[in-house]
Parts: sequence; structure tokens; C-alpha cells
Amino acid sequence: MVKQIYYEDVEIGSEVTPLEKIATTRMLVQYAGASGDFNPLHYEDDFAKNLGVGHPIVHGLLKRAWLVNLMIDWIGAKGKLKKLSCRYRGVDYPRKMKTLDEPLDGDTWWCRGKVTRKYVEGDECLVECEIWVENGNKEKTTTGSAVVVVPSKLK
Amino acid sequence: MAAFVVTDSLKQLIGHKEGPIVFKVEEGAIQRYAQAVGDSNPLHSDIEYAAGSEWGRLMAPPGFTGWPVAKGFDMFKVVEKLIQAGAPVGLLDGGVEYDFLAPVGAGDTLVAVVNLASIEGRETKMGPTMVTTIETTYTNQRGIVVLIARNTFLNF
Repeated sequence: MVKQIYYEDVEIGSEVTPLEKIATTRMLVQYAGASGDFNPLHYEDDFAKNLGVGHPIVHGLLKRAWLVNLMIDWIGAKGKLKKLSCRYRGVDYPRKMKTLDEPLDGDTWWCRGKVTRKYVEGDECLVECEIWVENGNKEKTTTGSAVVVVPSKLK
Repeated sequence: MAAFVVTDSLKQLIGHKEGPIVFKVEEGAIQRYAQAVGDSNPLHSDIEYAAGSEWGRLMAPPGFTGWPVAKGFDMFKVVEKLIQAGAPVGLLDGGVEYDFLAPVGAGDTLVAVVNLASIEGRETKMGPTMVTTIETTYTNQRGIVVLIARNTFLNF
């Protein structure tokens, strides 16, 4: 398990521990099944081409789930995710598969975040972060923010 | 250019609701979702571990409301209604904001209601633009609101 962070350790500008992700065609099919979002835009070439995006693209909601992962991993077991918002700014194309479970070489995505604010409200210690998903060219294809509750060493 | 003017027939749709949509949150569905999004927390996958945790059961990763999550796409019915009422047909997903208010776990039944919360006329780089906020509220079997999702759409 990850190390527990505490309110006192967090500073404005602190980095949220980055999370590496590799989107693959296999992952998109798995996500489609697990979420029930069967839009062919995420697995059929011609369909995606006709919609003008060229190839199947990564689900926006999957990128949102990655950002949830990013925050949950960072805040540790005693933290709580309170709010998360995101906007889809660019499309992402998954890597194709080389073997049954190994992708071809290609893009690697990083989920990242930075602390923008910390404050106490009632009995909660809150930390606000700017968060994003960045593609292999360091372009932010999904951006957003999150508010988390973290424990305090003083309590 | 000018800001989009929200007509009376559009304004009348504020408060329009879709639903209720019923979601059953099942163990297997939580496990498959956690695996699909790459969430390795055993609270979402390991039944024994979860049973011994403070929750006593498998918990859903935040944002998972039961299979199929896509049932929540009923919000697009609201967008269709707006277009029928004269909203511009150009459509952009303006993003989503979630308030996680209470935990969701295996065995829960959630009821979601979609509500057209607000319509605003603005001027954007696309020209006169209508900004719509659609709020989906998920309530569990004990009457506790567990999640509010606010989706923003831009019609231009």
C-alpha cells in the first residue's frame, strides 16, 4: 500500500505522485464491457473514421477513471475523494496489440497533478489539486481538478 | 456576435427530468470495472479483504454506480429535447464534475434522476452559445444521496 500523506506535509505546488498508463485496444474493449458503453467509436475503425476522428479513441470516462485512480492512490487509505471534475480537450489513440496481452511500442500516458490550495473547512482538512492526463507528446488531453480530504497529524 | 438568447420554449425545459434509472451494484460488476480501469485497490477486487475492512463488503471505485454505467447517458435525452425546442445543433461536451457524497458498495441499489439544472446564454469563440448543466443525482436504498454528477454541454 502507498504511504499515507498528511495535511501538514502538503504544500501549494506539491506534485501528486504521477500514475503511468498505457491505453491499448484490448483495454478499450475491456472497459466497454465493464462499463456497458458499447459505442463503436471506441473499437471500430470505419465507424471512427466516419465520425472524423480517424481511428478508435480512448473513452473519456476511462480517462476520468484514471484521474480518480491518481487521486485515490495519492491520498492513501485515510484520505477521501470529495470532488473531481474533468474536461476532454483532445482525443487519445490506444496502442494496438502485439501479442495477446502485450501492446506494440507507442504512446505512454501520465496522469499528473499539482496542489493549488489547502484549507480547513469545518473539521475537514481539504486539498485542491489541478489534475490532467498527458500523452506521449506532453499534451494535456484531459484536464480537471479535484478536492480531497486528508488526515491531519494534529488530530 | 452576441450572446445566445435563451428563448421561453427553452427556459420552460429547466427542471425537466429523466428517470428514475435504477442501478444494482453487484460484486462481479465492481470487480470487472476495477480491473478494466486498472484500479489495484483490493477493496474493489478482493472479497475476503473487503469483508475484513471497515466497510465489511466490496466497495465501488468512486464514479462506479453499477453496470451498465452507460445507463446514466439518459442525459442525452435532455440534450435531444433542447434541440427539438430550438437549441443550436452544434454540440460540445463541456466536461463533468462529480461530488462524491457517500460510499457505494456491493448490494446497494441506486436510483438516479437526471435534471436539467440550468441554461445560460453566452458568447464563445463558436459564436452565440447555449451552456446547459445537467445534474444527475444518485440516491441509495437508504435515501442517502451518494453522488451528484454535473455535465455541461455547449450548443452553438
